[in-house]
Amino acid sequence: MNKTMQNIAATALVGRVKGMAVAMSRVQPFWVLVAIVILCAVMSVVSDVFFSERNIYNTTRNFAFFGIMALGMTAVIVTRGIDLSVGSMMGLCGIVTGLVMQAGYPLWAGFLACIGTALLASLVTGVLIAYVRLAPFVVTLGMLALLRSVAMVLSNNKMIYEFGPDQEIYEWLGGSSMLGVPNPVWALIILTVILFFAFRYTAWGRWLFAIGGNPEAAKLCGIPVERVVTSAYMVSGLTVGIATFLIVGWFGSVTNALGQTYELNVIAAAVIGGANLMGGVAYAIGAPIGAALVELIRNSLLLAGVDALWQGAFVGLFIILAVLVEKMRGNQE
Amino acid sequence: MTPLMQLTAIGKNFGAIEALRGVTLSLSPGEVLGLMGDNGAGKSTLVKIIAGNFPPSSGEIAINGEPQHFHRPVEARRKGVEIVYQDLALSDNLSAAANIFLGREAKRKIGPFKILDHNAMNRRAAELFAELKSETRPRDIVQRMSGGQRQAVAIARTRLSEPKIVLMDEPTAAISVRQVAEVLDLIRTLRDSGMAIILISHRMPDIFEVCDRIAVLRRGELVAEKAVSDSSPEEITGLITGAISSA
Ligand SMILES: Nc1ncnc2c1ncn2[C@@H]1O[C@H](COP(=O)(O)OP(=O)(O)OP(=O)(O)O)[C@@H](O)[C@H]1O
Ligand SMILES: [Mg+2]
Repeated sequence: MNKTMQNIAATALVGRVKGMAVAMSRVQPFWVLVAIVILCAVMSVVSDVFFSERNIYNTTRNFAFFGIMALGMTAVIVTRGIDLSVGSMMGLCGIVTGLVMQAGYPLWAGFLACIGTALLASLVTGVLIAYVRLAPFVVTLGMLALLRSVAMVLSNNKMIYEFGPDQEIYEWLGGSSMLGVPNPVWALIILTVILFFAFRYTAWGRWLFAIGGNPEAAKLCGIPVERVVTSAYMVSGLTVGIATFLIVGWFGSVTNALGQTYELNVIAAAVIGGANLMGGVAYAIGAPIGAALVELIRNSLLLAGVDALWQGAFVGLFIILAVLVEKMRGNQE
Repeated sequence: MTPLMQLTAIGKNFGAIEALRGVTLSLSPGEVLGLMGDNGAGKSTLVKIIAGNFPPSSGEIAINGEPQHFHRPVEARRKGVEIVYQDLALSDNLSAAANIFLGREAKRKIGPFKILDHNAMNRRAAELFAELKSETRPRDIVQRMSGGQRQAVAIARTRLSEPKIVLMDEPTAAISVRQVAEVLDLIRTLRDSGMAIILISHRMPDIFEVCDRIAVLRRGELVAEKAVSDSSPEEITGLITGAISSA
């Protein structure tokens, strides 16, 4: 009797796990994760430093910054948008943070200035796209040029490496670790969990996807489309602000070139992680996974002794492969 | 007796285009009104005005004798007007249940947070589909659904609140014969629960099968309004094309 009950419970559990596995295998981040595992297995044979603590530590920290920004990018891409300005925004936020802290203000002031700058810039972007109805590509291309230029003017083309009284704690924040995990990776983990829940359990998340699926229908259902779209760009800005604050603390210095071309890696991470540029399809978990793959490719080529000039080719290949796989699965259905 | 809804001299201009002129029409509870007319006659424009998509350029809408001034669809919804749009207005990437609840999601409290209540929404959606005798499953993604199932989702959406008036813009276009029969059954189910329905269709048999009254629009003007029992498909066709000037 007891035995059969146990059997039933076990079968139910197996069924549930099976169902989850099937559901998981339908989403792109799962397959990217499989690619990551295979790549890791290959690398563990090819290189003996690959699984060294040092290399794991460095790799995870490196992709954390891109992963954090890719989370925000994912929220934007769901709405059929794109944010090309994240790299330049990082440059501007970094310079503002540097200037504020160099002037002797405490850590929290630097943080608020950094986040405030990001939110303000992304508010402008969001309003131009959602309310004025300009094309996201064009608006953020403009912001890419504009924000970089403002960063150059503000910095007067000088490097900032003095961060005032809180320099030490700031460098700890960006460059150190807790429980063996680099602080930026903690930030990535926490933000991924938050975005996952926001996507799945809030009306805001639901509305982002609805807008990406059919903006007119969303509007007719009474969703405040303009406000929600603006908020997506501001979430992207927020993640840029957080990533910037951490990366500057890690570098211990900042120039106005900070973040140059990062937009490409961030968009690549989001797309490889399953964010569909047509809108309506994306996964919070895809951002860190996509960023991990991009960094892993870089790291693997380096350790395998492949010329660094080949990196772009491999990352590019994976981006195209990602959309190809997505399209083939779409056709199958 | 005041009618459930009274339209008085409704006119609508889109720039130089006069889409509607002087449309006066009433609707009683439990009545199915067929709205017919050629392409571009103004049918969609009329129901969109009633549903609050845009205000009329002139004229008045009254519900239960009270004048209404809708500026957004939600305002009309609050007064018991629901609409199934000609293009259905569904988000293909979301599930049936998500579409039904879009913009009025069910939530539950967890501590200080209010989160989406997926279970409640799926359960309610399943009930609605059962009431509509549709095979549609709440968790299925709309993209992979048949035309009839999509139609059922759009119609189920109107049942979420208990509306008084349901407007249906060509719900039987682009679906199979069997699915048409399903949709017509749905309309009867709605009518039997006391709702008033305006049904737009180009399909004469559908109109004669489920409607009590027929209104014909031609170039933005109401040219006829008759009980189905007093009319014939031939007469209606003549009214639509202009072979018969009015009735
Ligand atoms: N938003 C709009 N802006 C400008 N003109 C419009 C708009 N909506 C409708 N019209 C015009 O108003 C007229 C009536 O259009 P409407 O969509 O109401 O026709 P309909 O009777 O629903 O036709 P169909 O059978 O093709 O659906 C047409 O000439 C159309 O071009
Ligand atoms: Mg129409």
